[in-house]
Amino acid sequence: MAVTGILLVLFLIAHMLGNLKIFTGAEAFNHYAHWLRDLGTPLLAPGWYLWIQRTVLLVAVLAHIGAATVLALRARAARPVQYAHRKKVQGSYAARTMRWGGVIILLFVIYHILDLTTGTLNPVGDATRPHSNVVADFAPERWYVTLFYTLAVVSLGFHLRHGTFSALRSLGQQTPAGERRARTFALVFAVVLTAGYLVVPFAVLTGLVR
Amino acid sequence: MNLTLRIWRQKGPEDKGRMVTYKVDDVSPDMSFLEMLDVLNERLILQGEEPVAFDHDCREGICGMCGLMINGNAHGPQRGTTACQLHMRQFSDGDTIDIEPWRARAFPVIKDLVVNRNAFDKIIAAGGYITAPTGSAPEAHATPVAKADADAAFESAACIGCGACVAACPNGSGMLFTAAKVTQLSLLPQGQPERYTRVIGMVDAHDEAGFGGCTNAGECTAVCPKGIPLNTIGRLNRDYLAATAKRGGTPGS
Repeated sequence: MAVTGILLVLFLIAHMLGNLKIFTGAEAFNHYAHWLRDLGTPLLAPGWYLWIQRTVLLVAVLAHIGAATVLALRARAARPVQYAHRKKVQGSYAARTMRWGGVIILLFVIYHILDLTTGTLNPVGDATRPHSNVVADFAPERWYVTLFYTLAVVSLGFHLRHGTFSALRSLGQQTPAGERRARTFALVFAVVLTAGYLVVPFAVLTGLVR
Repeated sequence: MNLTLRIWRQKGPEDKGRMVTYKVDDVSPDMSFLEMLDVLNERLILQGEEPVAFDHDCREGICGMCGLMINGNAHGPQRGTTACQLHMRQFSDGDTIDIEPWRARAFPVIKDLVVNRNAFDKIIAAGGYITAPTGSAPEAHATPVAKADADAAFESAACIGCGACVAACPNGSGMLFTAAKVTQLSLLPQGQPERYTRVIGMVDAHDEAGFGGCTNAGECTAVCPKGIPLNTIGRLNRDYLAATAKRGGTPGS
C-alpha cells in the first residue's frame, strides 16, 4: 500500500506542476505537453518515455487496488456480525473514507483518461492542442464536468491526508513527536495538492484562463 | 435514574442471538455500569429468568476482563476508562443504552456479552515473552535502561488485553494489542535476543487468528482504556521491516 502509494503520489506532484503551466499561456502549455512526448530522446524514441511511465503507473495502481482489496476482504471476514449500534467516527474521518474515496478516484481516473488523454469525451479532443481541450472542458456551460472534477479532487485530498500519514507509519514512523509532524505534513500536502489541482478548472470557469 | 437497556442475548455459540429490551428503574448515578447490570440480573433471577452473562473480575480497571460495546463505544462514552470503572452519572435519566459484545471473528460469542479471547493468548504464545533463567529478582541496576525507553516500554506494558482495540477497529484488527505486547519487550535489553523472531511470530499468529489488517485508522487508541498510543504500531512496523530484512521471514522463536 505504502510503496505503490508513494509512486502514485510522485506522479501526482509532477502532474500538478505540469497543470500549473497553463497559467503561463497556451503556447507554453502546449509546448510542455509536446515536450512530454519527446522526453528521453534521443536515447528513447519519441513517446517511449510516456509509455514507460504509463506502464509503471498502471502496475502501481493495480498493486495498490490489489492490496486495498485484500485489506477490505480481510476486514469484512474479521467482523462477520455487525454492531446493531453503529458508532460515530472517533479516529480520523479521512481514514474511514479510504475505500469509497478510492473507488471515486478510480472512476474519475478512467473518465479523466477518456477526456484529456484519448480525447474521446472531450468537446475538442485534439491531441495537438491540449490547452484548447482543457479550456473547452471546464467551460461554464459544462459545469457538471467541473463539479465531478472538484468532487474527485476533494476525495483525492482526503485520500492523501490519511494515505500520506499511513504510508509513513507503515514504513516505520514510530515516535509521538514524529507522528505529530507526519500528520501535519500529510494535512499540508493534501491541501496543497487539492488546491493545485482545483485552481485550473476554476481559473477556466471564471475566465482567468481562456 | 430510569433507563431502558437494549442488550444482546445469545444462549450459546450456536444461537443466533437478538437484542432484548429491559427497563431498569431507580439506578443511582454513583453506581458503576456493571453494578447497574447486577441490579438488572438480581431482578431477572427473582423473576426466574436467565441473568445476562457478562465478563468481569477486578472491577477496578486493571484486569482486562470486562468489555462491553456501550452505545457503539468500546467501554462506553468516557475515554481512558474500562466498563467497570464507568459510572452511571455519564448517562441521563430516561436514556436508552445499547449493550453489545465485542464483534470479531477471532472473538466468538460464548454467551450473551461474553466473548472468547483465546486468540490473544495465541498471539502471546507466539513470542510475547523472554527466555531467561528465573529465580530471585535480579539487582535492579545490573542492566541499565534509558529512561525514555523504560517509559515507552511501560506505556506498552499498561495493556490489559481487554480487546477494546479489536472491537472498535473498522477492520477488526488486533494490531494495537499485538504492538503493545511486542514493544514492551523490544524496547528493553532483556527483549533483544528474540526481538526479530518475536515480531514475525506474533504478527503471523495475529493474522492466523482471523483478525483484520491495520490501516492506521486510529479508532483503537481512542477507546483504549489504558491510552496505548497509535505510534506503538509504528514501532511494531519498524521491528517487522527490520526482522523481514534480517531473518528472511523465519517465523516463531
